[in-house]
Amino acid sequence: MTTADTIHPEMTTNNTESSFEALATQLLANSAERVPSLKGQLVYRCELNKLISVLKLLKSNENLEFSQLSDLTAVDYPGRIQRFELVYQLLSITHNQRIRIICAIDEGQIVPSATGVYKSAEWPEREVWDMYGLFFSDHPDLRRLLTDYGFEGHPLRKDFPLTGYVEIRYDDIERRVAYQPVQLTQEYRDFDFLSPWEGDQELVHSSLNAEAENKEHAKKDGGS
Amino acid sequence: MGEMQIRPLTLNFGPQHPAAHGVLRLVLEMDGEVIQRADPHIGLLHRGTEKLIEQKTYLQALPYFDRLDYVSPMNQEHVWALAIESALQIEVPRRAQLIRVMFCEIGRILNHLLNLTTFAIDVGAMTPLLWGFEEREHLMEFCERASGARLHAAYFRPGGVHQDIPDGLAEDILNWCDKFPNFITDLETLLTDNRIFKQRTVDIGVLSADNALAFGMSGPVIRASGLAWDLRKSNPYDAYDEMKFDIPVGKTGDCYARYLVRVEEMKQSLSIIKQAIHKMEPGPVLAQNNKITPPRRGDMKMSMESLIHHFKIYTEGFHVPASESYTAVEAPKGEFGVYLVSDGSNKPYRCKIRAPGYFFMAAVDEMSRGHMLADSVAIIGSLDVVFGEIDR
Repeated sequence: MTTADTIHPEMTTNNTESSFEALATQLLANSAERVPSLKGQLVYRCELNKLISVLKLLKSNENLEFSQLSDLTAVDYPGRIQRFELVYQLLSITHNQRIRIICAIDEGQIVPSATGVYKSAEWPEREVWDMYGLFFSDHPDLRRLLTDYGFEGHPLRKDFPLTGYVEIRYDDIERRVAYQPVQLTQEYRDFDFLSPWEGDQELVHSSLNAEAENKEHAKKDGGS
Repeated sequence: MGEMQIRPLTLNFGPQHPAAHGVLRLVLEMDGEVIQRADPHIGLLHRGTEKLIEQKTYLQALPYFDRLDYVSPMNQEHVWALAIESALQIEVPRRAQLIRVMFCEIGRILNHLLNLTTFAIDVGAMTPLLWGFEEREHLMEFCERASGARLHAAYFRPGGVHQDIPDGLAEDILNWCDKFPNFITDLETLLTDNRIFKQRTVDIGVLSADNALAFGMSGPVIRASGLAWDLRKSNPYDAYDEMKFDIPVGKTGDCYARYLVRVEEMKQSLSIIKQAIHKMEPGPVLAQNNKITPPRRGDMKMSMESLIHHFKIYTEGFHVPASESYTAVEAPKGEFGVYLVSDGSNKPYRCKIRAPGYFFMAAVDEMSRGHMLADSVAIIGSLDVVFGEIDR
């Protein structure tokens, strides 16, 4: 149903995408590993020490040309040995391709900043520092970005409560805005709708797997 | 007279200034009237949307998207619906796709009307705003007739749209489409060749194509810099692959080019709206999947099973299989994306919202260096920033 004058890359992607993917996998063979993804998405995992070289390669290689970092974020997995995942979304406008680089890191590990490769990483890295407390080295201006001046804590971590710790009000006597511990007239109601009969089999399964994985790791750590 | 020490002046621009478009605090280091460094302080409208979404079911998270870029709410809902649909692999009925395309383009015109007219008022022209808001009113009425809400529609749902459009709406939109070009002509008469408007915008805030890529630009801003990049063409979603339209591309990358690109985009959007309406045929507007989409109200009166499904969908919600995906649409401001991580439960594990305006704001420093103070107003106006989406 496509019209003749519409550019429709989907028609050609069947060939180009697979060869593009093969090329990317080949170029990244030493540094990043292809992981399964939803249809049409390219996802690779790499080690922290290889991260910047991977980004540089993806940007500079003329057959890939990922010239734009369209987003950078982190995900918190408190149950894992390596607690955080950094996620880099790259876009190649010339080849109409996207790629995602995921990099697992521990809490407290220092991440090399991507601002040297992509200028657009500056604010997202500040945001990740703000929201997750991950520190970036060589960042030109690593301040908090979205939270209040003088804010404490990292709100998007899973152990940070939804309601936060402090609330602000205007103090009539002192004539200024004052902070006070958060007071709720009603406790936040988090209903557990997960049906015990059906639907959450996968969830149960995955949490069991995670537990088993952790135990295995703990054994390894204990043994070494 | 001996040497004089000149101290750079630090100027606070906003957060209460009308040209700060909401709640931007811009700390400017000035040498006389020339900007040496601009440091945007954002987050004054931060509502923790991403954290809140982690606590809600997938359907409950949808209205938060209306409240990000509140100027074109349906375009935001669209990306959320698409992200869920791709994870659940559900097909959207054709009529729903066309309705979505139509309202996305209405959202684009809504957005560009607001941006162009407030941009004009920022640089001194008042009339476009008064005229433009009348047109916006018509469009918001169309949104209200379809969804019941002028702004925060919650109309696009995973699997289609909430309800079919009422009788007569398509005809009224077509009638409006015939009248609207007059408004564009009037707007262009006021601005395009206006000497003052050009003096304020031509060669101001120039962004080269390389810089536009490096700073993560998208949408009209990257097109004004000369790159013909539009996700509706390069990665068509819903029924966009059937639509005939052109991508306007600027040459100079300055504030004036961004204005021209947006004006032309409104004309293209009009044509897409007409095409979408002409292609519409009667049919379902929501995928038929009882575990994901709610049953019709009429069925619930007759069938016990529908009643149970309705109850389960609005309490437990649906489960999205464990996956992670990045979905992006061409929102009026640029690439609006969602990075969705699901763990198989009824709530998103992580939802990162990629707002186009966020990256525009980050480039304000680069763009306004060396310009006069008054130019920073033109630059911010031409970038089309809305703090609902920047601060999230």
